[in-house]
Amino acid sequence: MKAPIATAIAIATGLIVLVGYFIPLPVLQNIRAILLGWGVTLAGVAALIGIINLVITHWRRVTAPRNRDLYSALLILSFLVTIAAGLALGPADAQFQHVVTSIQVPLETSLMAILAVSLAYASLRLFQKRKGLVAVVFVISALLFLLVTSGFLASGSDNPIMASVLTAVNQLPVAGARGILLGIALGSLATGLRILMGTDRPYSG
Amino acid sequence: MISFNTIAGLLVVLIGAGAIFLFALFDRKKSPRALRPIAAFQGLRRAIGLAVEDGKRLHVSIGNANILSPNSASALVGLSTLNRIAQLSMISDRPPIATSGEGSLAILSQDTLRGAYRSGNALEQYDPMRARLAGTTPMSYIAGTIPIVHDESVSANVLVGSFGSEVALLTDAIDQKNAFSLAASDSLTAQAALYATANETLIGEELFAIPAYLQAGPYYTSSLHAQDVLRWIVIAAILVGSALKLVGIV
Repeated sequence: MKAPIATAIAIATGLIVLVGYFIPLPVLQNIRAILLGWGVTLAGVAALIGIINLVITHWRRVTAPRNRDLYSALLILSFLVTIAAGLALGPADAQFQHVVTSIQVPLETSLMAILAVSLAYASLRLFQKRKGLVAVVFVISALLFLLVTSGFLASGSDNPIMASVLTAVNQLPVAGARGILLGIALGSLATGLRILMGTDRPYSG
Repeated sequence: MISFNTIAGLLVVLIGAGAIFLFALFDRKKSPRALRPIAAFQGLRRAIGLAVEDGKRLHVSIGNANILSPNSASALVGLSTLNRIAQLSMISDRPPIATSGEGSLAILSQDTLRGAYRSGNALEQYDPMRARLAGTTPMSYIAGTIPIVHDESVSANVLVGSFGSEVALLTDAIDQKNAFSLAASDSLTAQAALYATANETLIGEELFAIPAYLQAGPYYTSSLHAQDVLRWIVIAAILVGSALKLVGIV
């Protein structure tokens, strides 16, 4: 086995957290809480390392001998200004928050607008990409639920037959979503079990 | 006092672990059972082969799930996929590139690439900058990944992990470059957006089958068979529960 110490630590930690979840013994609960606390701290450190990685990547693009990227310079400049202001004023400062959200929210809203156009265009071209019954069902259900959720049929909800039909139609996606989510839950369980068994190791050790 | 839910959960975990172990043991003694053909995986294998032949790059995007959150399983599948793709494309002139939207995933993807090259005795090919954090929010992650698709001679993209509907911006950019995309997510909204925009989309639990279909190892195949067993148990439990509810027992 490669990296036996790292694998043993990962399996032992995973088992303690799992058993602590199922069996409410105070000793196990305490160890589980400590391990999860360490996990949160490590995730915070990992986020910091990730941001350093992001800045180094863009620094390389700025200083590359060919095809220098000016947008990367803009990113580094924005990062330095934001971190300097955040350190000087504190991340909870109202003015700092106001400036950051005043830039970030319109940018992300613009991207959402582009996304809406992209999805509308993709739906028009769907039959070029997908052929068969599933694509037809996908388009019909998309159109049907656009109609239902638009409120256009709400006036007919006074009619008992129409109300029953609308209730039945609204239950359809719930049933489908639950089916897909159950499959994903089982897949997640199998992935976790492989890591607990040491056969799937997302770390090289 | 241990509740019924806890006992049921523990039973599912134990049955799942037992089934993975038994299927792995069974498959080791006899030839492993065949997996049903899925067109998306045939397309992926072809795209990997073409990328290696043409000297183009493969891009694996593993989403922005927090490793401590319940949806981290999809990111772990993304890491297994990255490992296998790095192994399959080791002879390529251009090594694969990985992007993620969360710090711990960026570190794990660097470690995964390093492990893949070390196991292939090609550690000199490893460059930590090939596994990048593209952005820390869902939108900045997508905005940071699009230039990679455009600028780094990428011919095949594998998007496996936790995404939102904004992933459609990335698949749209891939489409504009006439590159291949296979996408799988644990999010329902992302699955709907990807179905309309990606070349190949995996729905639901097919996401967890990627490493098995890329022949990453026998335990991946046995865990697929274990999922089938658990699925039948869940179906039986739903039917029995419905019947009991119908006759008024519960």
